[in-house]
Amino acid sequence: MAQVRNKREGLFWFLAIACFAIGLIGIYDRLVHGHVNANYGSYIPWGLWVAAYIYMIGLSAGAFVMSSLVYVFKVKAFKKIGKLSLLVALATLVGALVTIWMDLGHMGRAWRLMLKTNFMSVMGWMVWLYSAYFILLIIELWLAMRSDLVRCSQESGLRGKICSFLLFGNKDDSPERQAKSARLLTILGTIGIPLAIAFHGSVGAIFGVVGARPYWHSGLTPIIFLIGAFLSGGALLTFIAANWAPNKGTDEHRSMIVLLGKLLLAMLAFDTLLEYAEITVGLWQSVPEEADALKMVLFGDFWWVFWIVHVGLGIVVPALLLIFKGKSVRAVAVAGALIAVTFLAVRLNIVLPGLSVPEMEGLLHAYSTRGLTFDYFPSVSEWLVFIWSISLAGLIFLLGKTYLPILDDKGNESLS
Amino acid sequence: MVYHEDENGYVSPESDEMEETRTEVEQAATFDRAKFLKKLGSTVFASLLVPAVFKDQFSAKANDPADTAPEFPILPEPTEDEDILVRMMRDVQRAMKKPVDQRRWSMVIDLRKCVGCHSCTISCAAENKLPDGVIYRPVMEEEIGTYPHVSKRFIPRPCMQCDEPPCVDACPVNATWMRKDGIVEIDYKQCIGCRYCITACPYGSRVFDSGFSYMDGLPSKGEAYLSPEGAIVYEKAPAYEYGKKMPREDHQSPIGNVRKCHFCLHRIEKGLLPQCTVSCIGRATYFGDANDPESLVSELIGKPNIMVLKEEMGTKPKVYYLV
Repeated sequence: MAQVRNKREGLFWFLAIACFAIGLIGIYDRLVHGHVNANYGSYIPWGLWVAAYIYMIGLSAGAFVMSSLVYVFKVKAFKKIGKLSLLVALATLVGALVTIWMDLGHMGRAWRLMLKTNFMSVMGWMVWLYSAYFILLIIELWLAMRSDLVRCSQESGLRGKICSFLLFGNKDDSPERQAKSARLLTILGTIGIPLAIAFHGSVGAIFGVVGARPYWHSGLTPIIFLIGAFLSGGALLTFIAANWAPNKGTDEHRSMIVLLGKLLLAMLAFDTLLEYAEITVGLWQSVPEEADALKMVLFGDFWWVFWIVHVGLGIVVPALLLIFKGKSVRAVAVAGALIAVTFLAVRLNIVLPGLSVPEMEGLLHAYSTRGLTFDYFPSVSEWLVFIWSISLAGLIFLLGKTYLPILDDKGNESLS
Repeated sequence: MVYHEDENGYVSPESDEMEETRTEVEQAATFDRAKFLKKLGSTVFASLLVPAVFKDQFSAKANDPADTAPEFPILPEPTEDEDILVRMMRDVQRAMKKPVDQRRWSMVIDLRKCVGCHSCTISCAAENKLPDGVIYRPVMEEEIGTYPHVSKRFIPRPCMQCDEPPCVDACPVNATWMRKDGIVEIDYKQCIGCRYCITACPYGSRVFDSGFSYMDGLPSKGEAYLSPEGAIVYEKAPAYEYGKKMPREDHQSPIGNVRKCHFCLHRIEKGLLPQCTVSCIGRATYFGDANDPESLVSELIGKPNIMVLKEEMGTKPKVYYLV
């Protein structure tokens, strides 16, 4: 019962389904041929998929923090997009986890991350933290939807059946029950904030603690990860709220988007400041390996990823839009989309330059073969898997918004 | 050589050499069994019972070569001018008689003697049946000076077997650890292939086995200029790292794992030197037990011109360089 509201919505469905279908070729290649057709290897062990993982997990953490503005801090202006932000957080989290699962050398052994955890490893912590976050996210989303689930379970058709199933037989929607949901949501959201910070901070710490890579090895790394997550997740949510918020077209909607735009501008400024600090301090040449990596980012073969994609389309254009056209819903939406999409460039510029500077100078020419090279550009297969996981997140979002009472508005009143 | 062709048309080897290795292992096992049974037989009760029950086995084992075969290769009496390889083998065998936690396997590489022939790199690949994309001991080359006053320095780079290994703390699933004898081991069956340890190693010593084959892209069987059967024997040969037989099959470990140098632990435990050490044409690589003051490596580690790579990282490598 996909109600295609307009042409633009149809385009999103088309894009998501087309990318999903094309991306399946990459999934097939990965599952059948393993890592043979991927361009990461021994000297560049992490590539596009790890960048895509930290990108999407950042989107998730950012969107989640926006939801906590509604359920914990009771910010009235955003109450219409509480469920929407939880759905975005869930969709991007699934996309991120699927991508990093594909990246593992032995996908069948992923369970060992949970059951054989080494708590000396930051990665061990990260797995436990995002598992907790995943569970919390699902419960929160369910609680936030519950009141609307009861109403929508009366409907006929697939949506009604799904809503009815998700209530697990209990259709009680008394004010006491609603108050209970609201209280639980506040508690879970309150737990969720430090959890989201710890979990995305630990993703950053994975890089920050590696002493062997001066480019990553900084106390600022986890903080930049977090602020980047708030910025990119907030930007994505701004774009989505501008297009799909339940109160779209009203003055209330317009003022919400304008407020989101202001928030976005503040986060963009703060994130740019942190980045500026990281780059200028690093370039002061105190650690040659770090400076080399930074020069690679700024003036290397992929200089355009930094200057054009990130600085141009990810900072300057959105900043101008937000400053001069901050009252226009359309302009704020475009700025949000630009920041959210181009943030992949930031994530790529975290993962790859740290690996592209040889740890031992002589390694570059010691033995040349596939995998033992410091040149990296994602292979077709890697791009296909990447497209697939992004479209998977997109489809989860579109399906969720269509078949779940995400955009139903009545329940929002009782929760905030 | 005997070949078996599987359903994919691949020819897998059953070489004499492997046959030998296998029977060695089996012999060792039966040797233990024989000892155990003899011990059992020494009790009064069993001395009455066992000969009657296990009569056939006892008579069969009496002539087993495992009973008389030496545990390690037999070495000649020490002489003044013996090859240092013989002396180092003696060092290894002496260390193997000590409890494992009293050994400290260390390597010394004399950069003044290394001529950059890359024999160690290749013999290591052959010993461990390394596929394309996996190299444990590359030789790094550095050019010093400007023409015409140029010299070259060659730095072989095995795993440093650090005393403070950053890779071990990185592993999220406890698949790698430092053994009591100081060697950093990887459990291929436990490793999930996340490659975090690769990023953590300051020496680039850890590599990822993507599942490449040296045969990829070559003319298919029958059209090749060189015998593809010969190449496949190498490509599909099982590795015996850590003393475990690891056949090379699609999607099976060690494919999809992180791998690295382990000082040829499977050789050391049989009283042999690592393959890089024996294949070094300039005798530039030394190996032995640094806890044994009589060993050659202990002598060399005490020299003033010794150094380790990236000392500032605090990793405390057990691979030393003489400069």
